Amino acid sequence: MNTIAQNDPVVEGPKKSFSLKVVGVGGAGVNVMELMLKSAPPGVGFAAVNTDAQSLAASSASVKVQLETQLLRGLGTGGDPDQGRALAEEQLPKLKSLCEGADVVFILAGLGGGAGTGISPVLARAAKEAGALVLGFVTTPFACEGARRQRLAQQGLAELKSSADGVICLPNQKVLKMIDENTSVLETFKITNEFLADGVRGIWRLLMHKGLIEIHFPDLAALLRDRHAESAFAVAEAMGPTRSREVMDKLLAHPMLDGGQILGESEAVLVSLIGGPDLTMAEVNRVMEQVNRHCEHAQVIMGAAIDETFTERLAVAIIAARGNPEHESAGTAATGNGEEFAQQLLPCSTTMRPGSRFVPPPPTLGSDQVQQLLARQGRGGARQRKSPSKLRQSQLPLEIVSKGRFDKSEPTIYKGEDLDVPTYIRRGVALN
Amino acid sequence: MFNASSIIVGLEIGTSKVCAVVGELGADGALNIVGLGQARSRGVRKGEIADAQLAEEDVRHAIVEAEQMADVEIRSVYLGVTGGHLRGFNNRGVHPVVSADREISEDDVQDVIKNAKAINLPAQNHVIHAIRQHFLVDGQDGITNPVGMLGSRIEVDVHVVHGNLNRLQNAIRTVKGLQLEVDDIVFNGLASSLALLTNEQKELGSLVIDIGGGTTEYVVYGNGIIKHTGVLAIGGDHVSNDLAYGLKVPLSRAEQLKIQHGSSFLEEAAKGQTITISNELGLPLKTVNLEHLRRIMSLRLEEMFQLIGQDLEQAGALDYLRAGVFVCGGGARIPQIAKLAEHVLQMPVSLGKTNSISGLKSALDQPEFAAAIGLVKFGSFQQRKRAAKSSLTDGIKNTLGQLFRRG
Repeated sequence: MNTIAQNDPVVEGPKKSFSLKVVGVGGAGVNVMELMLKSAPPGVGFAAVNTDAQSLAASSASVKVQLETQLLRGLGTGGDPDQGRALAEEQLPKLKSLCEGADVVFILAGLGGGAGTGISPVLARAAKEAGALVLGFVTTPFACEGARRQRLAQQGLAELKSSADGVICLPNQKVLKMIDENTSVLETFKITNEFLADGVRGIWRLLMHKGLIEIHFPDLAALLRDRHAESAFAVAEAMGPTRSREVMDKLLAHPMLDGGQILGESEAVLVSLIGGPDLTMAEVNRVMEQVNRHCEHAQVIMGAAIDETFTERLAVAIIAARGNPEHESAGTAATGNGEEFAQQLLPCSTTMRPGSRFVPPPPTLGSDQVQQLLARQGRGGARQRKSPSKLRQSQLPLEIVSKGRFDKSEPTIYKGEDLDVPTYIRRGVALN
Repeated sequence: MFNASSIIVGLEIGTSKVCAVVGELGADGALNIVGLGQARSRGVRKGEIADAQLAEEDVRHAIVEAEQMADVEIRSVYLGVTGGHLRGFNNRGVHPVVSADREISEDDVQDVIKNAKAINLPAQNHVIHAIRQHFLVDGQDGITNPVGMLGSRIEVDVHVVHGNLNRLQNAIRTVKGLQLEVDDIVFNGLASSLALLTNEQKELGSLVIDIGGGTTEYVVYGNGIIKHTGVLAIGGDHVSNDLAYGLKVPLSRAEQLKIQHGSSFLEEAAKGQTITISNELGLPLKTVNLEHLRRIMSLRLEEMFQLIGQDLEQAGALDYLRAGVFVCGGGARIPQIAKLAEHVLQMPVSLGKTNSISGLKSALDQPEFAAAIGLVKFGSFQQRKRAAKSSLTDGIKNTLGQLFRRG
């Protein structure tokens, strides 16, 4: 481990110039940010963006931006993303100046409400225009929060996807499996927030710390782009001489990973190892071997980082992204440095509208979404809710790989893979 | 007139077809295939019965056809079983030789075999086969008959094939529903290997892969004994299903495309080519990309061999295969399947031929019938064993009993 100690100044040099900004958007986003604020390394800037004055007042972030109009009277958007979006568009310069000077901007938001859902896509665009790379960390609501919130969240997610470089989405519903019945609502939200914060920490550690094996942001963004239909997070920690083995056992037993089955199904997996200066290559190797065995067909990105405070400890964070088969080919590897990558992105991202500073909320990507918006504007009252949900229903079967004649028979599961699904789909071979 | 004991019937209830083969065991011990009946199977998925009524009907058709062809009345069958629930593993039994002179007696051998067969399995599991492998005397390997040798410790390995009892019962009940007796149930992969391999090939070490409609069975022989068995619940059905999904055609059409245009490889020549499907009037219905068809198919088959390869590697069975790999079952009809298997497994691969039995040429030539023919062969072994075991008085009793039963 001597070599690392010697390398310290060299490795740390370039990393310090890299500036990260964490922006919490909306009530949930600000809460998650608060959690992280306490354990933040120096050099990370925090900002809170919300429409609700109360939430901002309670926050201890160094920069607070309240998006405000006379109409809202400081009471928030009332769960309407359109309001949030309109506000954000109106005050785009403010958001842009917020992101100025940062190389990477993390956006934390809880989707499904007004502020988080509406503002974060606009903020992502503003940050990109300010020259930063943008990674979104979002949660989607619990199923019990209702279909409307779920739908809004999905819509917001799609918007954020198209304007950010990468989005990691944690469905709250998944967390529900892990907590026992008697957990209070307050507690539950705390746990989901904690979860999201863990994931963010896992990634920022990788980006910020001197690494044994470094991870580059463009790789990360390429991994997450277009593959964020759903992500599973798992973080585990172990101590002692057998820590590498223990930590894997804990990870595989993690309810979020469904006993490792999620790993087999996912097609992009990010593994981040954080250990003390005594972390050995053999340990890294052991963990990676296990991970690779579980996700043979996934694109695995790994990074190992050193944290002085982690002596004798080993923490492994796994983010597994399950793919969106239709977008598969789009998410292929992109290399080169961050600037290049951002430039490559510009032309292909259709929502990027450079001169759109004072243009009202832009209609989103897909034609069906445009129709959805039109339908909402055209009709009033009770019908509002009906038509979009109908549209959503018709899209559902597209995402399911039908098993044809094996539909009703016992699935052939081999190492977490359903072999009844055509091989070319599981291996991501595109037929064009 | 045939003596009932000399007629042996193998019945395979497969995913794509039900097949009954009638064999006649001559007085000199030679086996001759005299009848064959088959029916398209409709009630089976992945090697297991999914619709008992349809399956029963299909079995009846196959049996009746075989009876007519061989001109015999079928009373009992050797039933082939398969399915994803079947597992094979090796178990070792140990027995200390207690006699004063340390000579291994027949009883010691029986005891050690009994120990090896005492396997701890969940209650719902049933042992189909417990096949004896070689003996070890004081750690010395490769002993085929230890009786009379000196030693203090005798060990034996058995290869155990077991499966879920209820799921095995489904097939047995279907046959019993037709007033047929089941002499024994046999793992299909084992049956295929019996039909295909000669003794030299077993001795040298070979792998038999039976690619069926719903399942693929494989058996490894080395040094004349079974080293490893396995079932993969993937078969020709999966290829058809993949094609139906990928090419967006109905399943029946996909099946047809697979048979007419399928291949194991995606050749350069196929790239960019299309196939036009026409209806019975000759009007074009749909155009299908041949490249896609081949790619979907080759990926599936490649994966199948890869999975088998992985399993064998894990079991350490790859080192035994000096005689190579033999492919049978309906999947053996896929063009260039041997070349693909050779490419994946890195071993000489050939299509299996059932040439160790005489009889109907039409039955023996087809790779699909390997399992059913193997069942007959398995039956003939059992019959001979039984005949050798039964003493003279038993023999008389049996014959009398059979006479009464026939009457």
